[in-house]
Amino acid sequence: MNAPAYNFAYLDEQTKRMIRRAILKAIAIPGYQVPFASREMPMPYGWGTGGVQVTAAILGPQDVLKVIDQGSDDTTNAISIRKFFAKTAGVATTTATEDATVIQTRHRIPETALHENQVLVYQVPIPEPLRFLEPRETETRRMHALAEYGLMHVKLYEDIARFGHIATAYAYPVKVNARYVMDPSPTPKFDNPKMDNCPALQLFGAGREKRIYAIPPYTQVVSLDFEDHPFEPYRFNAPCALCAAENSYLDEIVTDDKGGCMFVCSDTDFCEGRQAAGHHGSLSAAPYKEKAQEKSNG
Amino acid sequence: MADQNALEHDEPLLVAKSLSKSYGRIAACRDVSFSLYPGEVLAIVGESGSGKSTLLQLLSGQLAASGGHVSYQMRDGVTRDLATLGEAERRFLFRTDWGFVHQDPAQGLRMAVSAGANVGERLMAVGWNHYGRIRDTASDWLTRVEIDVARIDDAPRTYSGGMRQRLQIARNLVTEPRLVFMDEPTGGLDVSVQARLLDLLRSLVAELNLAVIIVTHDLAVARLLSHRVMVMKGGRVIETGLTDQVLDDPREPYTQLLVSSILPP
Repeated sequence: MNAPAYNFAYLDEQTKRMIRRAILKAIAIPGYQVPFASREMPMPYGWGTGGVQVTAAILGPQDVLKVIDQGSDDTTNAISIRKFFAKTAGVATTTATEDATVIQTRHRIPETALHENQVLVYQVPIPEPLRFLEPRETETRRMHALAEYGLMHVKLYEDIARFGHIATAYAYPVKVNARYVMDPSPTPKFDNPKMDNCPALQLFGAGREKRIYAIPPYTQVVSLDFEDHPFEPYRFNAPCALCAAENSYLDEIVTDDKGGCMFVCSDTDFCEGRQAAGHHGSLSAAPYKEKAQEKSNG
Repeated sequence: MADQNALEHDEPLLVAKSLSKSYGRIAACRDVSFSLYPGEVLAIVGESGSGKSTLLQLLSGQLAASGGHVSYQMRDGVTRDLATLGEAERRFLFRTDWGFVHQDPAQGLRMAVSAGANVGERLMAVGWNHYGRIRDTASDWLTRVEIDVARIDDAPRTYSGGMRQRLQIARNLVTEPRLVFMDEPTGGLDVSVQARLLDLLRSLVAELNLAVIIVTHDLAVARLLSHRVMVMKGGRVIETGLTDQVLDDPREPYTQLLVSSILPP
């Protein structure tokens, strides 16, 4: 182990047991928010303290860890969490979705389909889907207990009344296993269909709010909607400028101060994989790279 | 009219039997019994601190009674003791078969969401899932309570006091309840707005055959709306009877005082 001063994966064993108990309960009651004794982590709230604790509790020495932030493997948050576990647990890390056994994510679900031997750990800022409609925690708990979810539709109604369509684009509420309404963390609603009947286990950790919830493998997850305004995933109407993918979630990247922009896959691993397989978009650097290579060779 | 109704429906809608509530040594409500029939409007009058609001909370199951019980005839015709209802059943009753109009509309409305959603909330809570239909019903109800349909997407924050109160009434009546509790619905409104609201309430009550329990300290409201009046003092019901009878020919000294304290028009 690289850092003998720490216990394996930073947290002490009793804490991990406590978190595992909460995780087991969360899996037993899909979509239900289980309170747990969230610890101080060596990072600020909002940087994924909940996700990190869940990951620390489930990580074993054989695991291969992938960390993504907004789909990207190489942003500050993703890199520092990956380094954190490489240092405190000595586990192997990867950026390839297929090779990972544990994927900690912020705001995205990978484009590559997940399989049964994987666990997806979400970092959650606000676990309560009813929070901005009903500020009292005692009341929202009661509403969950009695499955009173009319209020959730009030939010969607407001969207349609104001914008003509359901304008909620991320943290789009879902109903898990036909019982609990759940906040899927601020993933774009494009990713909601991926949660439904997913072979991988999905765990959600909210550090500041001290809640853990879960979607067990192969569980029904339905996005809430109206009969006459059905749920629709949103995607920019463009191919990826680097890999020409037509079915991936895109980020808009501003390229100059004259209104220019490009759309690229937010999932960097997926995009790089496609480019390596020979797919090139309109702004791909590949032809230039090849030319540069030829020149240096010639 | 009350007696006619009583003959038509021999089963009372709501029965209170020797209800009492004490907060420590203070008895806020003592030994109150009465029956309310479908379509009947009962006014509870009395000065501040006489136990009116406590009684209303006991009747609507928001407060557990220290003694006695309240039973209610559910929509399926079975009369049940409110204390035996589970919380889920009680809350379901509260948003379908009952309405509760607060004195302060801010308590009964969601001030930050649009009027349409305020009216539609109860419908969505009982499983309506069609935006168009919810909106149609909401605009229909706004018309019925004389709110301009063009304002359906405005939040009640932007409404005047009288409009807020009318919106609160629409929000409560949208599921066609059979019983509505009202706690000083005209309090805090100026006189002309009060008159318009009372007029509206009176026509809605007649049209929908609503049973209403209305708490008020304003005898004029009681006279305009109610069939029957209960006068409370110190937590007890000291006089009860038909509205005209109680207000025109009060028997108890306290009621006489109450009636005579109204300025002659």
